Amino acid sequence: MTAAMNAPPLLAATGLAKAWGGVRAVDDVSFSVAAGEIVALIGPNGAGKSTCFNLINGQLRPDAGRVLLSGRDITGAGPARAFRAGVGRTFQIAATFASMTVRENVQTALAAARGQIMRPWGAGRNIARDDAMRLLALAGMAGMTERPAAGLAYGDVKRLELAIALAGAPRLLLMDEPTAGMAPADRAALMRIAVAVARAQNIGVLFTEHDMDAVFAHADRILVLDRGRLIASGAPAEVRDSPAVRAAYLGDGVLFAATADDRRQ
Amino acid sequence: MSFWIAQFLTGLASAASLFLVASGLSIIFGVTRVVNFAHGAFYMVGAYVAWSLTERLSGAFGWWGGVLLAAAAVAALGALAEILVLRRIYQAPELFQLLATFGLTLVAADLVVMLWGPDELVGRRAPGFTGSIALFDQMIPAWDLFLIALGPVALGLLWLLFNRTRFGVLVRAATQDREMAAALGVNEKWLFTGVFALGVFLAALAGALQLPRESVNHHMDLRIIVDAFVVVVIGGLGSITGAFVAALLVAQLNAFGILLFPKISLVIIFLVMAAVLAVRPWGLLGRPDVAQRPPAATSARPWRPLGGAGRLAMAALVLAAAALPFVSGDYLVIAATETLIFAILAVSLHVLLSVAGVASFGHAAFFGLGAYGVALAVKGLGLGMGAALALAPLVGLVGAGLFALAAARLSGVYLAMLTLAFAQILWSIAFQWVEVTGGDNGVLGLWPAGFAAQPAGFYWLTLGLAVLVIGVSRVIMFSPFGYGLRGARDEARRAASIGVSPGLMRWCAFAIAGTGAAVAGALFAFLKGSVFPDTLAIPVSVDSLVMVLLGGVQTTLGPLAGAVAYKALSIWLLSQTQWSKLALGLVILAVVLAFPRGLVGVVNQWRDRWLTQRRPGHGEPP
Amino acid sequence: MAAQQLPSSPPTASEPAADGLCVDGLNAWYGQAQILHGVGLNVGPGEIVALLGRNGAGKTTTLRAIMGLVRRSARQLGFRGADIGPMPPFAIARRGLGYVPEDRRIFTDLTVDENLETGRQPPRPGAPQWTPERLFELFPNLGRMRDRPGGAMSGGEQQMLAIARTLMGNPHMVLLDEPAEGLAPRIVEDMAAALLALKREGLSLLVAEQNLNFARLLADRAHVLAGGESRFSGTMAELDADPDARDALLAV
Repeated sequence: MTAAMNAPPLLAATGLAKAWGGVRAVDDVSFSVAAGEIVALIGPNGAGKSTCFNLINGQLRPDAGRVLLSGRDITGAGPARAFRAGVGRTFQIAATFASMTVRENVQTALAAARGQIMRPWGAGRNIARDDAMRLLALAGMAGMTERPAAGLAYGDVKRLELAIALAGAPRLLLMDEPTAGMAPADRAALMRIAVAVARAQNIGVLFTEHDMDAVFAHADRILVLDRGRLIASGAPAEVRDSPAVRAAYLGDGVLFAATADDRRQ
Repeated sequence: MSFWIAQFLTGLASAASLFLVASGLSIIFGVTRVVNFAHGAFYMVGAYVAWSLTERLSGAFGWWGGVLLAAAAVAALGALAEILVLRRIYQAPELFQLLATFGLTLVAADLVVMLWGPDELVGRRAPGFTGSIALFDQMIPAWDLFLIALGPVALGLLWLLFNRTRFGVLVRAATQDREMAAALGVNEKWLFTGVFALGVFLAALAGALQLPRESVNHHMDLRIIVDAFVVVVIGGLGSITGAFVAALLVAQLNAFGILLFPKISLVIIFLVMAAVLAVRPWGLLGRPDVAQRPPAATSARPWRPLGGAGRLAMAALVLAAAALPFVSGDYLVIAATETLIFAILAVSLHVLLSVAGVASFGHAAFFGLGAYGVALAVKGLGLGMGAALALAPLVGLVGAGLFALAAARLSGVYLAMLTLAFAQILWSIAFQWVEVTGGDNGVLGLWPAGFAAQPAGFYWLTLGLAVLVIGVSRVIMFSPFGYGLRGARDEARRAASIGVSPGLMRWCAFAIAGTGAAVAGALFAFLKGSVFPDTLAIPVSVDSLVMVLLGGVQTTLGPLAGAVAYKALSIWLLSQTQWSKLALGLVILAVVLAFPRGLVGVVNQWRDRWLTQRRPGHGEPP
Repeated sequence: MAAQQLPSSPPTASEPAADGLCVDGLNAWYGQAQILHGVGLNVGPGEIVALLGRNGAGKTTTLRAIMGLVRRSARQLGFRGADIGPMPPFAIARRGLGYVPEDRRIFTDLTVDENLETGRQPPRPGAPQWTPERLFELFPNLGRMRDRPGGAMSGGEQQMLAIARTLMGNPHMVLLDEPAEGLAPRIVEDMAAALLALKREGLSLLVAEQNLNFARLLADRAHVLAGGESRFSGTMAELDADPDARDALLAV
């Protein structure tokens, strides 16, 4: 919110709130993401990460608050409009087109991004071939472009999904638990690719993640949610030392905090 | 006034049996997620078995005992069918279970004729309920009063079963959360069998209890199943109370519709169903949380356009087909024309079912729109064959476009049911709007003109249009738009997040499929020289579905192969045996159980295996 | 597929007797996503073992994989001397292995009594025997709402009901997924007391837990998961002495 004086930040969320049947899943949450900045959104189970994420990507309409992308209102715009506004995203359980080859997956996204997806003639597999190959090479999949997506190992599915998300040349990339379900060795590789591309193309990244190694290794800034509220925000080192964050991750704390602290000494 | 009351009581009496059938259907769906098309067949078999037993067993005890025994025997048959057929395909997409139960329906239809003969059978009246009772100056059959009382009693007994017995509690638990029930030690397999047997028992009992009301005949199955589907959908799949309320509603609509709106009596219940679904997409008392299965069509084997050799082979096939009239007589040419027409129909359904992943039980709607489009163009507007053939697809396009708009909120089984309702609405209009459609007498004298007047000429015309439609559908399939359709089918979330609207894709698929089906319907009208409401009836919808599934829903050439195989087989069987339904039903069951991937799917599998064996070390993980 | 494997039998664990649970080299998948990579753990009779790990570490998947509710493979998956690897979930439950999921999955349309009925199994020799009446002694709240539908209960009451429902199967062992999650502090105390009472009855428990303090109140031993792999196995005291394991667990 410090950038408010100058040009609007890439992403600005202000006063977001969403309740589910009386439970405040997200409660007055405000933050921003600058172009080229990598921001992690973390919090214990049930903290409201998913709801918050779906408010940003337009899937959900907040009860209050606004989401601005470079000053343009995309609050509750729905996934298709958010995409056109420049939002790319990956899903917690990777969503790719299983019946197509790896290359066709990316070509479908490219055809959509270039307004050709409604064209009922011409060979879809010749569309933007070179660009598709370039994106796949970027995602480290140059050697498997002709493989059926359904037969990929999950780590490769995740990388393919990243290539699809990048096909729309997004200005903001939303990644919902990018490394969930991957073998430990693949996780770091995926995050490295995503971060390198984001830095090179000045894309702002907002991601949720359980794997704290990935969070602390790659995030420029960390936002911590607990019970729907933003309880901390700052550089990794600050967040790591925040007592509020430690308490949130240790659980209720009220009851057993004393014993726990005793034992920890 | 008293006449209205009598009519109301007749409606209540009909509601009882409708409720029994529909509650069975609903219970089975709730727990097993199977849309049991064979439910009408079990109802019919229940009536036939009860007829035989009540004829043989004497006395009051014999009659009532016979009815209950018949229901129990048919329930045992149902359990057997569940164990032998359904148990093997619960994991398959829901269309396969529908297809399997349709196969059972065909088998049962011929078996009852084989065992009981084709004529209507009149059963004995129920002892103690043979007379009529004067009520409000009208004579009401005592049996109707019994049935009126039976409805609430049955609801009460079912309530006791589901609330006061362990079996019932487990069924309700499994309806809500099958996995949790299993984790608590509930053996799903036998629970499913038990539920299926219970549902079939109710259907067979309803059939048996119809003995004193109407004669037993081999058309009972389809007549009841459509009403039962409507009741279940209006009431909400899986809800017994919903089925009770909806059965009352539908039975009264049937009873009074014929008096108040004789012109549209058949269509009323479907209009009500469409209205209910528009307001409550999951029925009156249904729940929106019906678990969705993965789409049937998602293939792990990416589709490829034909290569050079494949195109040459196709061209050779077309040339060979074109040469047919030179080497064979008119009978074969006409049979081949009909086969080609159904190939067009199957390919159009394939666009909807396989490319876009939308299940439809009512493809006959668009086929019939094409056929009646031709009839009205020729008879009403006085157009020639060419103009009529050009106009008919537009009728299909408009019909499909409007339907898809109206159905935009639905998906899965409910959408499939609404397509069925749409086809039935059109069928009812064709049947009852006699001034325009000729009703049951149809529209006659639609003969092709000019070169197409001869069977060979019309064959070539059909072949040309088939090549055109199939060619266009393949161009679409592999175009960027085709990727959009398949993308929205594979993974709607992903499609939406790259700016491809799944709703728009689905609408387009309906429009394309409707247009293609209308081309087939138009040709069919000229082939037969006439149009009857049959073109809009359920068997056409089912045939087109069978052809796509038989060929292989996950393949691109499947519908073509399936249509040729199925249509040629059924034409041949019709000429060879009087038990063609039985034979066809057995073939369908065999295909569903042995080749769930369809004919072309099997060929692909063999080819893949052969290729991997030739290139050792290149194998993909299974 | 699994990237790394832990030594199959952790040094501190007692050898699994024929009447415990013994898991080794457990892999599990959701669709194509592999969640577990060679998890190993064991629980002896009458023991409470905590399955610890951060959010997303694979605790829930481990419990579901043991029950056969997700696609899995394992070098060894033994319960009371039987190989439960090839068994469907209902058969595993009928061998006396109970499961209480994290989201409770109460049958919301069913009353308390009916929910208990769904879990009922015949008495099992050697395992504690339960009747609704005995369970209402353990969870007095439930006894006061026997006719209430599961959907009309608070989170804490649902959690008690979920446990009671599983106990109706007279299990030897129960897999318990985050029993304290989302409960008010006072209810958490009640819950801990109830679980300790179950232990005194001779029931074994494998409790997945994020809250180390809660786990400490209950457990004899702990297994720690991180990223779908086993990171530590030992007594609670050993866990406190192992900085790496504590980091895997606590570091934010």
